[in-house]
Amino acid sequence: MARSTKPKGAPPFVLIATAFAGVLVLVAGALIGLAFRDSAKGVAGNPLAISVGGKFDLVDQNGKPFTDADLQGKWQLVFFGYTHCPDVCPTALNDLSLALDQLGADKSKVGIVFISVDPDRDTPAVLKSYVESFGGPIEALTGSPAAVAQAAKDYRVFYAKHPRADGGYDMDHSALIYVMDPKGRFTATFTPDDDADAITKRLKKLVG
Amino acid sequence: MRFKQLALGAGLMLFSTAAALAQSGDIEIKNAWARATPGGAQTAAAYVTIEAPSGDRLTGVSTPAAQKADIHSMTMDNGVMKMRQLDGLDLPAGKEVTLKPGGYHIMLTGLAKPLEAGQSFPLTLNFAKAGAQQVTVSVQKVGAMGPGGGEAGNSMSMPGMTMPMHH
Repeated sequence: MARSTKPKGAPPFVLIATAFAGVLVLVAGALIGLAFRDSAKGVAGNPLAISVGGKFDLVDQNGKPFTDADLQGKWQLVFFGYTHCPDVCPTALNDLSLALDQLGADKSKVGIVFISVDPDRDTPAVLKSYVESFGGPIEALTGSPAAVAQAAKDYRVFYAKHPRADGGYDMDHSALIYVMDPKGRFTATFTPDDDADAITKRLKKLVG
Repeated sequence: MRFKQLALGAGLMLFSTAAALAQSGDIEIKNAWARATPGGAQTAAAYVTIEAPSGDRLTGVSTPAAQKADIHSMTMDNGVMKMRQLDGLDLPAGKEVTLKPGGYHIMLTGLAKPLEAGQSFPLTLNFAKAGAQQVTVSVQKVGAMGPGGGEAGNSMSMPGMTMPMHH
């Protein structure tokens, strides 16, 4: 039925133009895809073209200043969270610590950076005892609300207080783990769904 | 007066015992576990697996281990982790509902003391039909991903464990 029905009311040149436009869109899509094919993967060790990371000025769990310059010289796994987080944050920090252990000799090439999105409660002292429980080489950072906001902006991290009925609050926060190369360039991401084995496997490709 | 109070007390006790007996077959609760808390953490998550053969609703939780215990959902919304307090959790008839890392959990706030691996504590679950049911929560290691204490990274291959699998 549809095959034998001639389109009515649409002059042929409109049809041709439409078809041509369609082809153009496809070609453009393919070209854009090709252009981003390598950079978008990020597993080959090439820094991603997207801008993630930047200048920040925070303090570590010992109260010492820690800036973006301190990230350089090592691969860094950057994760934003907070110590009152009972589920995703301990899971991620534990997975990262385990993954580093599984790297063997390459372990010394990688650091973990945990940046608190809850500076009101996460003081350096709170962070210190918290991250010591995970066994990994974790730098735990906090700072003034403005300094934390700056770091979060650099990494395109969203966070917001969500009030609880009892007057307390939880934090909503982006839960991606950012892999930065030793020059401080954004290279790949892990998600909370990646377990330690998956993280180890990809890290071996990156740092090995 | 004294006798009346005693009679009332005894009556209430009998009633609640009878009620508990009647309910005991209506709900199955297993694998109650929690993770040890990282140093200084004031919150923890407890997990449990519940099956209500004829359907029920978990309406509340309490434990002497924490000032507050709430039922929470954890969702990832476009890469953003969100925890929300729930009024209750529906338990469809005959379907096992597993609270687990990365999903529903019982949020413990204001811990009486840190949770340490190897310890256990009582947790009371309140159900719309089955009433109050107490279970013992066993505390696993900080990075445990299941009631067997398997750690993240190698627990995925442990047999017989209910695990969050979003891969």
